[in-house]
Amino acid sequence: MIDIISAFLMIAGCLAMLTSAIGIVRMPDLFTRMHAASKVGTVGVSCVVLAAATHFAELTVVAPVLLTIVFFFATAPVAAHMVGRAAYGTGVRMWEGTVIDEWKQRPENPPFEPPET
Amino acid sequence: MSPVIEVASTLCLYILGVAMCLTFYRLWRGPSPQDRTIALDLFSTLVVGLLTIHAIQTDEHVYLTAAIAIAIISFIGTVAIALYIHRRGRR
Repeated sequence: MIDIISAFLMIAGCLAMLTSAIGIVRMPDLFTRMHAASKVGTVGVSCVVLAAATHFAELTVVAPVLLTIVFFFATAPVAAHMVGRAAYGTGVRMWEGTVIDEWKQRPENPPFEPPET
Repeated sequence: MSPVIEVASTLCLYILGVAMCLTFYRLWRGPSPQDRTIALDLFSTLVVGLLTIHAIQTDEHVYLTAAIAIAIISFIGTVAIALYIHRRGRR
């Protein structure tokens, strides 16, 4: 039973990571690609390490697994936000079908410039 | 090791191999440096998954520690590349 749960989690996580790889190839734009890479990749790797936790079922494995999940959920949005801000600041072109650009729509916001340093 | 785990882990290694090829395509083509940065980030995520599945397959939980180390290093690398691109400014 444990083996079936572990195998299911493993295959689900791997299919999620395959989805994120397909998304990073097929999406039309840098920002949508980043969307696919950060969110779905995090879910996929969380499922795979949960499969490792259910397979080993020891405290010395479950503790690093929880640490990995917390670490991924904390750092993937930060990294995606840094890359997205750098892309917006350096003028990467958006997709033609982009509906909303909230920074440009507000008149009190200055045009986005990279910092001086 | 049970046959269910054996078949599932082998299948997962194949799936991750296909995903790595797709990510490497974006890393090779990517029009902007930011595309290459997110491709590298996803590639390291895939390597973490690969190491975890290898740990399950060989019943050696030492590989999980290596997976955590790779995750930390890739996060620091992604943030460093993003900061560098941001500060270099518009070309």
